[in-house]
Amino acid sequence: MIFSFDLLANAIVSGILIGGFYAAVTSGVSLAFGILDIVNIAHPAFIILGSYVAYIVNATFGIDPIVTAIIATPLFYVLGAGIYQIYYVSFEKRGQESLRGLAFFFGLLFITEVSLVLYFGVDYRYVNASYIGPTWHFGDIDLPLRMLVPCVVSLLLIAALQLILTRTFIGRAIMAVAQDQLALRLMAIDPVRIKRIAFGISIATASLAGAFLIIIQPVEPSVGREYIGRVFAICVLGGMGSLPGTVIAAMLIGIVESLTSTFYGPSWAPAVSFGFLLLTLAVRPAGLLGR
Amino acid sequence: MRTPAFLVICLVIAAAVFAGSLAIGNDYVFFAGYVILQYVVLSTAWNILGGYCGYVNFGTGAFFALGAYSTVAIYKLIGDSELPNVIPIPVLMLVGGVVSGVVGFGMGYLTLRLRGAFFSIATLALAVVLETLVVNWDFVGGSRGAYVIRPEEMPLIGNYIRYLFLMMMLLAVGAITIARLIEHSRLGYGFATIRDDELAAEASGVPTLRLKLTAAAISGALMGMAGAPFPYYIGFLQPSSTFGLDYAINSIAMPLIGGTTSWVGPLIGALLLGSLQQIATVTISSAINLLIVGLLLVGFVIAAPNGIVGLVRAYIRRKPTGLVGRRRLGADAAGRAPGAAPGATP
Repeated sequence: MIFSFDLLANAIVSGILIGGFYAAVTSGVSLAFGILDIVNIAHPAFIILGSYVAYIVNATFGIDPIVTAIIATPLFYVLGAGIYQIYYVSFEKRGQESLRGLAFFFGLLFITEVSLVLYFGVDYRYVNASYIGPTWHFGDIDLPLRMLVPCVVSLLLIAALQLILTRTFIGRAIMAVAQDQLALRLMAIDPVRIKRIAFGISIATASLAGAFLIIIQPVEPSVGREYIGRVFAICVLGGMGSLPGTVIAAMLIGIVESLTSTFYGPSWAPAVSFGFLLLTLAVRPAGLLGR
Repeated sequence: MRTPAFLVICLVIAAAVFAGSLAIGNDYVFFAGYVILQYVVLSTAWNILGGYCGYVNFGTGAFFALGAYSTVAIYKLIGDSELPNVIPIPVLMLVGGVVSGVVGFGMGYLTLRLRGAFFSIATLALAVVLETLVVNWDFVGGSRGAYVIRPEEMPLIGNYIRYLFLMMMLLAVGAITIARLIEHSRLGYGFATIRDDELAAEASGVPTLRLKLTAAAISGALMGMAGAPFPYYIGFLQPSSTFGLDYAINSIAMPLIGGTTSWVGPLIGALLLGSLQQIATVTISSAINLLIVGLLLVGFVIAAPNGIVGLVRAYIRRKPTGLVGRRRLGADAAGRAPGAAPGATP
């Protein structure tokens, strides 16, 4: 193997760019799993749903996928709030979330995926946008815009989420519901309502993440499966529900994956995040920035 | 019923099913039946950890594939020459079972000390790590997959698929007997305490970690045993299809639809869902299978959390004897009538 500096630099840069995208994908899970303790294993399926929404609108009206995704967030919010309502009534209220709640989301994952397969087939779909083709060059380093744009928008999204969580009333209530539901109830706030809102936001981020995904690579319905373990690995590594932790962990896994696929071949890359996950769980389950 | 008696009854039923399948005279029955029996073993195995202890394992595919790839490894080691005459299927099952059991134990040791959700996520991760290893391991075929040549005939039995069917049938009987044995033993009561309240169990002196590790090892071993004959059944083994989530969803859906608290549930669920899928594959398409499974799973966990077994038990409880039951139902209807009347009459 010939070691070259620009190969290394490029691998690191593309790792950071893909890490930004991973952060957007994981932010929803950090919110649902990290803060609300809802193991939404179907999150990647909703991301694929977001990709297909972006694809349909782009193919029929030619609207930019990110703009579409932002417009579609209320729809995803409503979907998320609806799912939480079912989840709450059927599982949380009965105290069965650990076994049957997990199975419920696992079932949702397959229902979403197979419905997409039956409707759209297993062909790869892609979108058109002005920034998908070109690449910026800085010396030896390449910055493909189709990676850069999702990364930047994703960091903006996470900054916005962090602001909402720390500065607004709803956001603080969401953080509080993670700590002590009973106390929240004593403050005359309905924890179920807060959780419903939070889960709605969590699914709403899937709309954007889906648009990023289809900008970065062509999408077919079962692509989401690759992300299930990865998002949870990032979420756990980042410290369960800490958004800054999520960004750091996402960048870290992005960089290591990118280095692995550059120097050892892409077939080894999937094992990286899972290796990280197993290692984190075994050594430090609280994650990098755990509470 | 004592275990030996139970085992004898199971074997008699198994013999009857095998004789019945022979009587039909079409080997397709064996091909379809093999898959259903395989699901009986997988869902029973999943239920030992998932149903009895309450820990959700998403890695059924991984344990199954470990069993299958142990067979491929042995096959490649020995060379293509007359393997089934050298190493019979039960030995392959044993090897696959040991490999998967050890991995199940190690996996459990890493993650079972954490909350249940972490274990579930780690099993997902395990599947991908193992898949990556196999994809990069050229000896067992790598990403191209591996061909395993199925012998044509088996002495005394005839077509080789009948032999595979018979072996899987025996494994299913074994798995069900083990599950039933666990259920009525100290081990099973220990598992139940973990499922109901792990903290209380730990506080009362139940060795929870040891029990969970036992469950993970038994469950993993049975899954590996179910996977061991699979290369001979399918002929061509590919990492992406063997490690996939399709086995996971089935082995979770079947116990939850049947009922997780006893050995009957996974059996009913596997027979029902397995047959349904075979029918759907023939009549509609195999893509619709997973949709059916997903919808049934979601429907059952919401509407009938205790599965078919739970529904039947509730039905029996509601109606201890015909007369009392009827009177109580009548009283219910009468009690409801006044409240319903204002809305019902215009």
